[in-house]
Amino acid sequence: MRTLKLIIRNAFRHKLRTGLTLLGITIAILAFGMLRTMVSAWYAGVEASSANRLVIRNSISLIFPLPMAYKDKIRQVNGVNLISWGNWFGGVYIEEKNFFPNFAVEPKSYLALYPEYVIPDVQRTTFINDRKGAVAGKKTADKFGWKVGDTITLKGTIFPGNWEFTIRGIYKGKDRSVDETQLFFHWDYLNETMRKTAPLRADQVGFYMIGITNPNLAGEVSTTIDRTFKNSLAETLTETEKAFQMSFVSMTEAILIAIQFVSIVIIVIIMAVVANTMAMTARERIGEYAVFKTLGFGGWFIAALIFGESLFISLLGTVIGIGLTFPVAAAFADYLGTYFPIFFVELQTVYLDIAAGILVGLVAALFPTWRAVNIRIADGLRRIG
Amino acid sequence: MTDPTTTCDEHGPSPVLENRPVIVEVRNVNKAYLRGSHIIPVLQEINFDIREGEFLALMGPSGSGKSTLLNLIAGIDKVDSGTIVIGGVDITALDETELAHWRATNVGFIFQFYNLIPVLTAFENVELPLQLTGLTRSERREHVEMALRVVNLSHRMDHYPSQLSGGEQQRVAIARAVVTDPAILVADEPTGDLDRASAKEIMSLMCRLCRESSKTIIMVTHDPKAAEAAQVIRNLDKGSLNNAHP
Repeated sequence: MRTLKLIIRNAFRHKLRTGLTLLGITIAILAFGMLRTMVSAWYAGVEASSANRLVIRNSISLIFPLPMAYKDKIRQVNGVNLISWGNWFGGVYIEEKNFFPNFAVEPKSYLALYPEYVIPDVQRTTFINDRKGAVAGKKTADKFGWKVGDTITLKGTIFPGNWEFTIRGIYKGKDRSVDETQLFFHWDYLNETMRKTAPLRADQVGFYMIGITNPNLAGEVSTTIDRTFKNSLAETLTETEKAFQMSFVSMTEAILIAIQFVSIVIIVIIMAVVANTMAMTARERIGEYAVFKTLGFGGWFIAALIFGESLFISLLGTVIGIGLTFPVAAAFADYLGTYFPIFFVELQTVYLDIAAGILVGLVAALFPTWRAVNIRIADGLRRIG
Repeated sequence: MTDPTTTCDEHGPSPVLENRPVIVEVRNVNKAYLRGSHIIPVLQEINFDIREGEFLALMGPSGSGKSTLLNLIAGIDKVDSGTIVIGGVDITALDETELAHWRATNVGFIFQFYNLIPVLTAFENVELPLQLTGLTRSERREHVEMALRVVNLSHRMDHYPSQLSGGEQQRVAIARAVVTDPAILVADEPTGDLDRASAKEIMSLMCRLCRESSKTIIMVTHDPKAAEAAQVIRNLDKGSLNNAHP
């Protein structure tokens, strides 16, 4: 059957109109893909969370510290098999714009809790043994041209002063969902300095990170820990890493909802554009459809022509849009990597793009098909001439 | 009921139509259209027969109902009352699907504006009706080439309609109409959009089809010259059929 050939030729009968419609679909799919990728990037921390990790912080707010003395009591809670701790350091490299996430952590236990940070054994050992050593993510190291053995200085914002570190390792993520922009150094280095310069801030941690033997114990372990420190000067809030990350996301939930809403609006708008194109097309070809019916072709054939053309145009625009999403997302990630450390087009986004393209093609063809199939042949033939 | 004439003479002697079986029987056909709240009668109590191999011209002023009558006989419109029996089949009793199948098998259509599909070549346009048959690709090619040979357009089979003259386009349309070898050809103002020379050429071709292939042709026309080619001329006026005359 020459139906496919006919569909493709029909699609390019009005090159300008089809071209503009394709452009519209391409831009819409690109925008839709970018917005969905942005939403995914927002949730990247949540998605990368492990069910085996719990975060303990001050119940009032994350900015209030917890005493270092809690460590041993937490370790004794049934179900806890690993404990680490750390502080958000908030240092900048040379100037403010060179911002990236950096933490003071207990190195050995922290790296044990995060097997997704892939670091060569030699570098790991060197880092653990050097109190002024640091491990940087590959993206940050690449960005600033750091190599193992380099000495770098971070300007403290929360902990004032210039802090010197030796890069002892560069980690890579085990997959694309792992943030490769962070830097870790020894919590002891921070604490010893605090003891000298600001003793009131010494022996305090920003958070504890614990590993549990079984994710099903998360609720029980959390309750036990929080009950242990109830009515103390620093009550705790223990939650899963996912919930902890979610709490950051929920702070910007309104923005996320707006982005998701806009992404849906884009699809609805392009649906209207394609529907308009198909309505114009079908109206112009009513006479031709009448000729097909006169020759004995049934409604299914007319429907195939209109749905086929609509799907062809919308899917062609979708394919071009998806093709453009990858380089645009890569450029976006390069430019705004500081704000979106994990920014890549997920397979799910591609599936959503395709689903949106199919939906647009189908919905846009509904009314023109109904009209073309139901028009009387004699009325259709009268439109010619 | 038919009244044979002596037209199409240059193509050979006229057949004796009376000896041929009736292929189309139109009985008590009425048709009206609804315009807003008004019912406008278009055809009233139409009765006539068409014999096999007859070339009939339907004439009449605009709005007389001739195209409506043609559409009813061709099975692309429905009667309000009455029957139309063609080749023993009461087409007024068929549903849309059956009617579509019947049209594909029994009727070839020639329109005033050719109605070729602009994105298909002459070959592909002629091949269209064959897509509904069970013919293989090579069989279809054979049929299409033969039909294009009949209309003397073999050399232009790869041309698109926009690359053909009006007369050539109408010849492609005739090839499309005859490619399935239907018993009846219906033509609605086939020369209405053509210059005199092309119109003569088309009428000559239709005469040839009638005489050499024994096609029954029903043609609606305003053009008395074109009507001269027909063996029988019938006049419609205000929805009623007047007496036939040569």
